Amino acid sequence: MRMTALLLAATMTIAATAPALAADPIAARQAIMKQNGKDTKALVGYLKGETPYDAAAVAALFTSMNAGAKAFGTHFPPTSKTGGKTEAAPAIWEKPAEFKAAVAKFQADTGAAAAAKPASLDAMKPLFGQVTANCKSCHESFRVKEQ
Amino acid sequence: MRRLLISLVALTLFATWLFGLLTMPRRLPAAEIAAETSGDAARGARIFWAGGCASCHAAVGAKGDDRLRLGGRPLATPFGTFQSPNISADPVDGIGGWRLEDFANAMQRGVDRTGNHLYPAFPYSSYVNMTQGDVADLFAFIKTLPRVAGRPPETRLAFPYNIRRGIGLWKLLYLDSGPIAALPAGNAPAQRGRYLVEGPGHCGQCHTPRTLGGLGGLDTARWLGGAANPEGKGRIPNITPARSGIGAWSAGEIETYLETGFTPDYDSVGGSMVEVQQNLAKLPKEDRAAIAAYLKAIPAVEN
Repeated sequence: MRMTALLLAATMTIAATAPALAADPIAARQAIMKQNGKDTKALVGYLKGETPYDAAAVAALFTSMNAGAKAFGTHFPPTSKTGGKTEAAPAIWEKPAEFKAAVAKFQADTGAAAAAKPASLDAMKPLFGQVTANCKSCHESFRVKEQ
Repeated sequence: MRRLLISLVALTLFATWLFGLLTMPRRLPAAEIAAETSGDAARGARIFWAGGCASCHAAVGAKGDDRLRLGGRPLATPFGTFQSPNISADPVDGIGGWRLEDFANAMQRGVDRTGNHLYPAFPYSSYVNMTQGDVADLFAFIKTLPRVAGRPPETRLAFPYNIRRGIGLWKLLYLDSGPIAALPAGNAPAQRGRYLVEGPGHCGQCHTPRTLGGLGGLDTARWLGGAANPEGKGRIPNITPARSGIGAWSAGEIETYLETGFTPDYDSVGGSMVEVQQNLAKLPKEDRAAIAAYLKAIPAVEN
């Protein structure tokens, strides 16, 4: 009886702390990555001087990336290792602590960039570098190309 | 019965002799090696980054100046785990005590200083296309790098890959110099790119499929057409101007990718290519432009 109560309590705790699972986690994480690409492209427009600098728009782009970063790590249940043209590397599930740390770093860097609200292009440049360094460093270990 | 026995012994001796002859390590003729001290270390830095030496000989995950510490690292493949040796300037554990002749034979014939075959995981079948001068410059540069003490463990592969002498047969079949991709005449930047890609850059070693289910040489009919990932899951992309390759990328976009790691869609470089891209970012701009010109000019391979 006591055992049942314990189990029940444990289950409830897990249910309360587990993040809501997307119906299609592979599609959800791919959509976040696609948005990251779009946001990066827009930021590069400012970097290259192709778009006149707009502090509010830049802050919004960093905020968008931060929102994606916060949700990203919740879309890797063990049932989503394959299928849906996923390019997720097996290392995500083999080295969960390292993957978690990489996602946490992306959250922190995008969060800092969004909070900084860079007023000028010169202020934005180092933040852009800090944020986009995450792309390579994470893809080096945790993404494998399928085509 | 006696005659049969004699015939058998004779046949075995003959086969052994033939195997020995065919698999004998063959060294470079002296005329194909630059003069001993002719190398220039400053010029060699460019060849070092073009050749990606650090990507296999510096420690896994090394950053910054640690990428110049060439103590060797393991490389896991379906054949077993290769150990890249210490090629630092250490005179005992590295190649500090080597002469240019030793280095050139390793680079362009896959023969080590003691006369043994090196595994073709070391891409000498690409380095064979390098100029004598570049080999000498690279050697001079490596001699200026930090001395790293210690030797990685010996490479131990399963039978039959552990018979080093057998590599001689592989070399007979697949170690060959000369231009690979057909290029349109008069495209000078593409010709310069050819040297970097087919020689020091050794791009084809991963981006071209191999014959005999991975055991053989590069399938040059599908040159740079994409291949299985030698390190596990996934594929190494097709980088020819095909629809299934990077035909949609402009030369400028290829250059940007090699410099920054961003694709035209602002996806990023990943996997082992991260280190390669970081190496190529250290080259002069015109080298990346030449590689891009070459990749736009080679025949498209559709998958």
